[in-house]
Amino acid sequence: MPPIVDVQNLQKTYNDGFQALRGINLAIEEGEILALLGPNGAGKTTLISALCGITTPTGGSAKVGGHDIQSGYRETRSMIGLVPQELALEPFEKVMNTVRFSRGLFGKGRDDALLEKILRQLSLWDKRDNRIRELSGGMKRRVLIAKALVHEPRVLFLDEPTAGVDVELRRDMWEVVEDLKSHGVTIILTTHYIEEAEAIADRIAVISKGEILLVEDKEALMKRLGRKTLRIELNEPVSKIPDALKDYELELCPEGLNLTYQYDTQKRTGITRLLHTLAKEGIALHDIHTSQSSLEEIFVDLVKEEMA
Amino acid sequence: MNFYAVWAIYAYEMKRFFRTLMESFLSPVISTSLYFVVFGAAIGSRIAEVDGVSYGAFIVPGLIMLSVMTQALSNASFGIYFPKFIGTIFEVLSAPVNFLEIVLGYVGAAATKALFVGVVILITANFFVDLDIKHPIAMLAFLVMICISFSLFGFIIGIWSENFQQLQLIPLLVITPLVFLGGSFYSVSMLPPLWQKITLFNPIVYLISGFRWSFFGVADVPIALSALAVVIFSGICLGIVWFIFKTGYRLKS
Repeated sequence: MPPIVDVQNLQKTYNDGFQALRGINLAIEEGEILALLGPNGAGKTTLISALCGITTPTGGSAKVGGHDIQSGYRETRSMIGLVPQELALEPFEKVMNTVRFSRGLFGKGRDDALLEKILRQLSLWDKRDNRIRELSGGMKRRVLIAKALVHEPRVLFLDEPTAGVDVELRRDMWEVVEDLKSHGVTIILTTHYIEEAEAIADRIAVISKGEILLVEDKEALMKRLGRKTLRIELNEPVSKIPDALKDYELELCPEGLNLTYQYDTQKRTGITRLLHTLAKEGIALHDIHTSQSSLEEIFVDLVKEEMA
Repeated sequence: MNFYAVWAIYAYEMKRFFRTLMESFLSPVISTSLYFVVFGAAIGSRIAEVDGVSYGAFIVPGLIMLSVMTQALSNASFGIYFPKFIGTIFEVLSAPVNFLEIVLGYVGAAATKALFVGVVILITANFFVDLDIKHPIAMLAFLVMICISFSLFGFIIGIWSENFQQLQLIPLLVITPLVFLGGSFYSVSMLPPLWQKITLFNPIVYLISGFRWSFFGVADVPIALSALAVVIFSGICLGIVWFIFKTGYRLKS
């Protein structure tokens, strides 16, 4: 099956000469959740704006659902829902009216049952007759999500959806995203919270300075780049690392009660020999922990490499 | 054609109007009444008939034009400037709509509001003077065309404006003087000969003269010229709007 979003060498140079997108190539499969990670000014929002029709690309092409975003803008935009970064809402308007407006704007007839379903799902139903300015920041974010969903998009762009949002709403959002995914909606999400990408994305794309550095399956990326750390807690403190374990490059904490070992899951880990040797040296273990490096660390490494 | 979108924009804009219905109607009614008290009764009684029409009646078409033009301009410019200002314009830009649909929605709503105001003033005027409209169909056609063309013009100003000051600039500096000097309250023939010539460069003269002709059958300039002026003005505005959407001028980066 062809990808639902197919970006080919997409470029955007602003009038002041700033090159925001330097030939983006990206294929997004139907029904997946893709997290677009990147530092500020990497081009995440420009990419989304170009695909949605808010910014005109200066080179390359992009297709959504097989239609070109420029010549077939009616088809592509009907398929796309966008939740922008800014809380752009008309303060004096009522929740229900603004949501109904969005559905009409995208060429769909009135459907109050669907509106009710979406508003209930986002815990907005009780607020439907409230004016936007009476809502909290988190609630406004929900209204934006509702507005993006009322025309039943097949592709949903979430531009930093949980920036400045409390933990509860973030979890609610993830639930909504999971539910949409189960209905076959493709979701592209930009975020600063790597925890978020880690929690809900299927694939990760890393963008920096207008270029895609990598697109990879989340699990594979974590496996490939992920290092694990083994921390060994000892019963009795030791003063130095046994000579037999020199090649492990262990770290001993100042109190002498913890040993840490960093290893790569893709290679032989050497854990068996490590534990065996410790036992042979007569060192008694109290506990052991392993932890995997987070996407955040992976991401920081990647961008650092790029800058270097 | 995305009719749902046109309707959505139109209905949304009209809702804003109905939210402030009292203010929307009260202000033209009061200002019109004041004009009649001052110009119609107090001063008007000392002014001889103009072109065979009592002064009180003579100023009615000009008064309607004055209000309709400023209302159309401010409604349309604010209608499109506001979403730009608060950022909600992104939704319209990302929707499956073309420029014609956006213009129909926004300009249609602004023109409707201006038309409402025009009709309210006409009704109010009836309480003060006897009005016998000679060419009602032409009157309505002029009124509607001016509502539409000035709403288009307002739409352009709203897109061009980058702040609230600019939004006020053209209506205040250009339109208000042109309307006042365009024969709202006098006949061009009352001016000194030199000014009679100069005033012909004011496009508003043609619009007001044509509108007045539809009321009383007398005009400062030939009616065909007035009709032509409305068409040309609308055409220029449409052309500029088309250019704005073609290039994304001040809408898209």
